[in-house]
Amino acid sequence: MATMTGTTMHYRPLNLARWLIWGFTALVMAVLPLLFPGGFAVTLLSQMGVMIIFALSYNMLLGQTGMLSFGHSVYAGLGAFIAVHVLNMIGAGKVWLPVSMLPLVGGLAGAFFGVLFGYVTTRRSGTTFAMITLGIGEMVFASSLMFPDFFGGEGGISTNRVVGEPFLGITFGPGRQVYYLIAAWCLVSMIGMYAWTQTPLGRIANAVRDNPERVEFIGYNTQRVRYLVLILSAFFAGIAGALSALNFEIVSAENVSAVRSGGVLLATFIGGAGVFFGPVLGAIVFILFAVALSDLTKAWLLYLGLFFVLMVMFVPGGLASLILRQVPLIAAGRFKRMLPSYAQGAVAGLLLLAATILTVEMIYKVQVDSANGTAMSLFGIGFDAGTLAPWLVAGLLWGVGALAWRYAAARVRAMLETGGTA
Amino acid sequence: MTATTPALELTDVRKRFGQTEIIRGVNLCVQRGERHAMIGPNGAGKSTTFNLMSGRFSPTSGSVKLNGEDIGGKPPFEIYRMGLSRSFQITNIFHRLSVFENLRCAVLWALGYRYSFWHRLSALRDARLRAEEVLELIGMTHRRHAQAGMLTYAEQRALEIGITIAGGAEVILLDEPTAGMSRSESDHAVELIRKVTVGKTLIMVEHDMSVVFGLADRISVLVYGEVIASDTPEAIRGNPKVREAYLGTTLDDAVEAA
Repeated sequence: MATMTGTTMHYRPLNLARWLIWGFTALVMAVLPLLFPGGFAVTLLSQMGVMIIFALSYNMLLGQTGMLSFGHSVYAGLGAFIAVHVLNMIGAGKVWLPVSMLPLVGGLAGAFFGVLFGYVTTRRSGTTFAMITLGIGEMVFASSLMFPDFFGGEGGISTNRVVGEPFLGITFGPGRQVYYLIAAWCLVSMIGMYAWTQTPLGRIANAVRDNPERVEFIGYNTQRVRYLVLILSAFFAGIAGALSALNFEIVSAENVSAVRSGGVLLATFIGGAGVFFGPVLGAIVFILFAVALSDLTKAWLLYLGLFFVLMVMFVPGGLASLILRQVPLIAAGRFKRMLPSYAQGAVAGLLLLAATILTVEMIYKVQVDSANGTAMSLFGIGFDAGTLAPWLVAGLLWGVGALAWRYAAARVRAMLETGGTA
Repeated sequence: MTATTPALELTDVRKRFGQTEIIRGVNLCVQRGERHAMIGPNGAGKSTTFNLMSGRFSPTSGSVKLNGEDIGGKPPFEIYRMGLSRSFQITNIFHRLSVFENLRCAVLWALGYRYSFWHRLSALRDARLRAEEVLELIGMTHRRHAQAGMLTYAEQRALEIGITIAGGAEVILLDEPTAGMSRSESDHAVELIRKVTVGKTLIMVEHDMSVVFGLADRISVLVYGEVIASDTPEAIRGNPKVREAYLGTTLDDAVEAA
């Protein structure tokens, strides 16, 4: 292009950096189950893949268009229910469809319910929108108990994902095959949702987020914008729902519950709604809490809640913003100078974390689990929560941790303010 | 629609908020290609009239016609699509987007991309070129990548005008485009307005009389929700009713200063 000037050089039909990032992501997804071949690790990775799609679809609303929804599980959950019924029909030989294409069914189902419910919810914005989504969510959850044929009542609908003839030896029986199916759909969905942010509708959605009133004065009906975005977002949520149906081989009322809607909000916020890749981080951390940590402690939900509150209070931009703050420092070659203060912060943080864990676990032991005695062990150290000594240790950890934190936080802040030159 | 159809015509427009009638039968006629200024004391209903013309409010009674077509009660986006674009007194931009993205958003509808999610923005050459053209026009090429929320006040006002004209609307409404500006910033803004409204119909609300008398072909004076005079600047200057509304001296002083 002869007219290109220095300021328009960013216009490139083929963005090499972008291809590298997607290629690298695909590579990581392909290699991960080889690095962590255990059954539990593969389950964990599969759930992360599903949650990444779900959280990114939620962020099309929250981060990109400024729509706070309390009922996003409706689209993933109903997508999952439709998918599970179709899968059972495939199993019964009534329908022919490759299992690998089932997520598309879930996506279309999600989009269908997006067309249906979105027509009501997106007529309003802001708080009113949030309240209506909450109402629709409760309505769908209540219906799940009223229509047992479709929702399977208390027990849900179970299925068997191994149906039809194996294709090239792929049956989707083993967990690893399901993981690769999820990974493939996750990659496609991520690319799809990213591409959407680079379209006219995606950009106008950002404009609606920033200033809905002005959008009406540049020719756009904001209600239409919200409606279309919701339908697209419900499509991707439906894909996530169908994949979770394949992964667990069961779908129940919990899939459309407010707990799930709250979970995706938490994951998105923790990761950071302001950046495209934020919800990806949030989904990974959320699954670590919900799946890995819940295996270790009954108090996992408390830890998740605490983590969420701390993030909202101190890092409102989410994990992504923490990372992005380092970019200018790295670019200026000053990141190295930050490391000592970061290390101090990490030590103080670990002290406080240890104090929290010790306190919470001892309270749990004494309050919930004392029928089996108050002897317990943490990090391989055995002790008795019924004695004074461990409580004194916890108190000491709190005291030292708090002092260390005050010192370290002041240092990190000073270093950040001066750009690492202090 | 004939050649003499006014660009914008208000006939006996009234607007009531609860019991209070704010606009009490406004009649106004703006010819195509005219630069028209609306002046009047605070609370006279200038901004409300603008809101009635642009679809932010719908009139309680009376008719608002754009190029002979009734637009009273239509939503803002439909009026915009019919060729009327407005700016705001309080800066109204997309603060988290870059200056360039602000302008590109403002050209998308006019170029026919509507709600498309199948076009890649980076491949839309016409949208990019038009946005760059406006960027150049408002003198902000060097601020292209700056986040709109981080701009100085004067820059935001210029961007506000840029967004308003980017879509190529034929009728432009500017609500106090120089409010809160220093003398030199204001002079700069007047130059900008002159430049971007060539061949278009301009209606502006403005308090700065030097701007009004320097720019307008015709002036309407709004007092207590009524147009008490609508004429050339010279005729307005000598109009006794206007003098009375401005307590005799204020307008004279303002005009002298101009």
